[in-house]
Amino acid sequence: MIKLIAQRLAASALILLGVAAITFVLLYLLPADPAVNLAGRSATAQTVANIRHELGLDQPLLTQFLHYLGNLAQGNLGRSYTQKTEVVTLILARLPATLILMAAGIAVEVALGLIFGVIAALNRGGPVDRLVMAACFVGVSAPQFVVALLLLYVFALMLGWFPMSGFGTAAHVVLPALTLGVLGAGWYARMVRSAMIDVLNQDYVRTARAKGISERRVIFRHALPNALLPIIAMIGIDIGQFMSGVVVVEAVYGWPGIGQLVWQAIQQVDLPIIMGVTLVSAFAIVAGNLIADLVAPLIDPRIRAR
Amino acid sequence: MMKNWLKRTALAGCIALLPLPALAAGGTITVTYKDDIATLDPAIGYDWQNWSMIKSLFSRLMDYTPGTDTLVPSLAESFTVAPDGLTYTFVLRKGVKFSNGRDVVAGDVKYSIERAVNPKTQGPGAGFFGAIAGFDDFSAGKAETITGIETPDDGTVIFKLSRPDATFLHVLAINFSSVVPKEAVEAAGADFGKKPVGSGAFVLKDWVIGQKLTFEKNPNFYVKDTPKIDGFTVEIGQEPLVAVLRLQKGEVDIAGDGIPPAKFLEIKNGPDAKDIIIDGEQLQTGYVTLNTQVKPLDDLKVRQALNMAINKEKITRIVNGRATPANQVLPPLMPGYNAAYKGYAYDVKKAKALLAEAGHKDGFSTVLYASSTDPNPRIAQAIQQDLAAIGVKVEIKALANPNVIAAGGTKGEAPMVWSGGMAWIADFPDPSNFYGPILGCAGAIQGGWNWSWYCNEAMDKRAVAADSISDPAKKDERAAAWKGIFTDIMADAPWIPVFNERRVVAKSKRMGGAGNIYVDPTRVINYDAIFIK
Repeated sequence: MIKLIAQRLAASALILLGVAAITFVLLYLLPADPAVNLAGRSATAQTVANIRHELGLDQPLLTQFLHYLGNLAQGNLGRSYTQKTEVVTLILARLPATLILMAAGIAVEVALGLIFGVIAALNRGGPVDRLVMAACFVGVSAPQFVVALLLLYVFALMLGWFPMSGFGTAAHVVLPALTLGVLGAGWYARMVRSAMIDVLNQDYVRTARAKGISERRVIFRHALPNALLPIIAMIGIDIGQFMSGVVVVEAVYGWPGIGQLVWQAIQQVDLPIIMGVTLVSAFAIVAGNLIADLVAPLIDPRIRAR
Repeated sequence: MMKNWLKRTALAGCIALLPLPALAAGGTITVTYKDDIATLDPAIGYDWQNWSMIKSLFSRLMDYTPGTDTLVPSLAESFTVAPDGLTYTFVLRKGVKFSNGRDVVAGDVKYSIERAVNPKTQGPGAGFFGAIAGFDDFSAGKAETITGIETPDDGTVIFKLSRPDATFLHVLAINFSSVVPKEAVEAAGADFGKKPVGSGAFVLKDWVIGQKLTFEKNPNFYVKDTPKIDGFTVEIGQEPLVAVLRLQKGEVDIAGDGIPPAKFLEIKNGPDAKDIIIDGEQLQTGYVTLNTQVKPLDDLKVRQALNMAINKEKITRIVNGRATPANQVLPPLMPGYNAAYKGYAYDVKKAKALLAEAGHKDGFSTVLYASSTDPNPRIAQAIQQDLAAIGVKVEIKALANPNVIAAGGTKGEAPMVWSGGMAWIADFPDPSNFYGPILGCAGAIQGGWNWSWYCNEAMDKRAVAADSISDPAKKDERAAAWKGIFTDIMADAPWIPVFNERRVVAKSKRMGGAGNIYVDPTRVINYDAIFIK
């Protein structure tokens, strides 16, 4: 187990290095010039050149990259070009909101996905199954912006059950999490459904039923745990995806997450922020998959045995 | 909450005993913006959200009467201008303190301007101070200070200019001239923008990054009865549509981003429209630059034909009518605007004839760059359609602003650029601000903002002459000079002036004051002047 973790951590360091290199080169290739952006519209050529020098942008690409890596090794992501604040500070300030929304969003996704996936599997081929699958299809294809505004309009504006916008209390997280949950649950439901159908056809389930065990026990004790494995892997992927920011949901609910930060940074060619958030997201994707791999054996003894 | 209630109840008791004029309402309000506030450092902040906040946090030698473009001494008590227009002497107001308790002295004014010019600050303000003697040596790193700023004693600042600059008093009123205390800047380092210390109408009490900023009234502010409100909270990351819904619900007092198109007609036709919608003229012109160094736009007849092909009325409808068609460079509120000038009227037939004369009977193909933020791609499409009608095939490149700016500022790169979302709103209410960077030779450089690459040395000479008329008594003569310059520039047609956009701010019904303090020509929202009814 420890060997597995060590291997994966070593691999993730390589992955992160690769991500850093690729992002760095891509940003370097952008036509936009951060120095021009900072120097403003009344700047002289002298001022632009001075600022470019201050930022170290007049150095060769490789020197710039090595310099960046040197700082990175010390946990220093640099300072934002436009805000002048440490990128670490900006990301840390927004990290709690992103983590809370990620956890709540995944919880709603998984809960809805499990419930509807099991229902559909048990009614395989019937009208209920078709209805659930159709709903899932609508869910996964609906635009975030529309669903977010719809929930906001109904539950915050008309009914007044939840605050319209902001961050801080449990009530604030309900609608953003529900939006993410409704949109993502479809994937989980489909996955649970097919895994359950697969498992329900297995010999051991037939045996369990033949022994006269109650249907509830067959489903929840014998079948469902065996259908959970792909779900764990999918959660790992979602952790990474939600970490890189859910720009639209954050925007509609005024949620102070990482997505808004990087969106604005892109508009302003604020390279240190773009680099920083990309690295944090890449790290989260790697970490999410690692966690999924570590959790799987806890749930499935067969993997442990291997 | 409880404390507020107690305060209000106590206040209500007092009010009953007081004569009416003492009824100072005070109170705190909530303002929303979609974008994060990047910085409150006056040497760096340069977007329209932080512009008005920085105005209210810091003070400058000069300022404007709220809602107008009338210059008045502010941190300065008085000033004199030498007859040759090269020496400006300011006497500072006595007893003004920074919010850290220290007195504001002349050395702070010098330090602050040098800081704005210093490349290490990495700010956009340096270019404004070019007329001060010693500027070039200081920005090239050859001198430790700007020699043209002298401080004979704590209460006097003298500026020596290397050339007359009629805009100099305006320059001393823009944010980059805000006075900051050296010790606070050095203590905070690069984080000064998050921990600002000034001597303005408000102080920053708290900043939760990515969420909200809390401003509190500066009780010692030197302008009498200012500000009117006790404080304001800026909530950021707020989608404009949601902000307007919250405003209607009473949770928000000013929706800084205005009213999104989806909601505009509903509110405009609603019963409270006149209490909610502030629709103010600003010093803005939206235009298409025609690159005078790219074929076939280097031909005057082609540029004139393109000018006649655009249906500007139609384009104003794309922005819900919140703009007026323009026919010249300057916006109507700007001194020097030529009300008698007719411009190039919309005339497809004549445009086609001109193109044929220029040898492009069957039109030609070209490229139009535009910002990718709404509504700019839609406006670019309208221009594309209009030009298709005279046989000009336009390919649209809608990109993030910095990429458009990069293309515009690269020689021979962008034949046409639609300015919306990027340029040009005046830095200060003076016509010269619409010349130098965007139509003068100085701006026609790599990374510059003169995207027409229009460089007419005769015009440059006339511009210098106009800016040398620095005697305030001759301001009409100066405006007339600029009027002539901009009218003659239009004969060369380096731009298609499209419209002058108005700014829309949505406010709650309890907010009082005229529209021009919510869309203040020099501040956008004037937090010093707004009040609760």
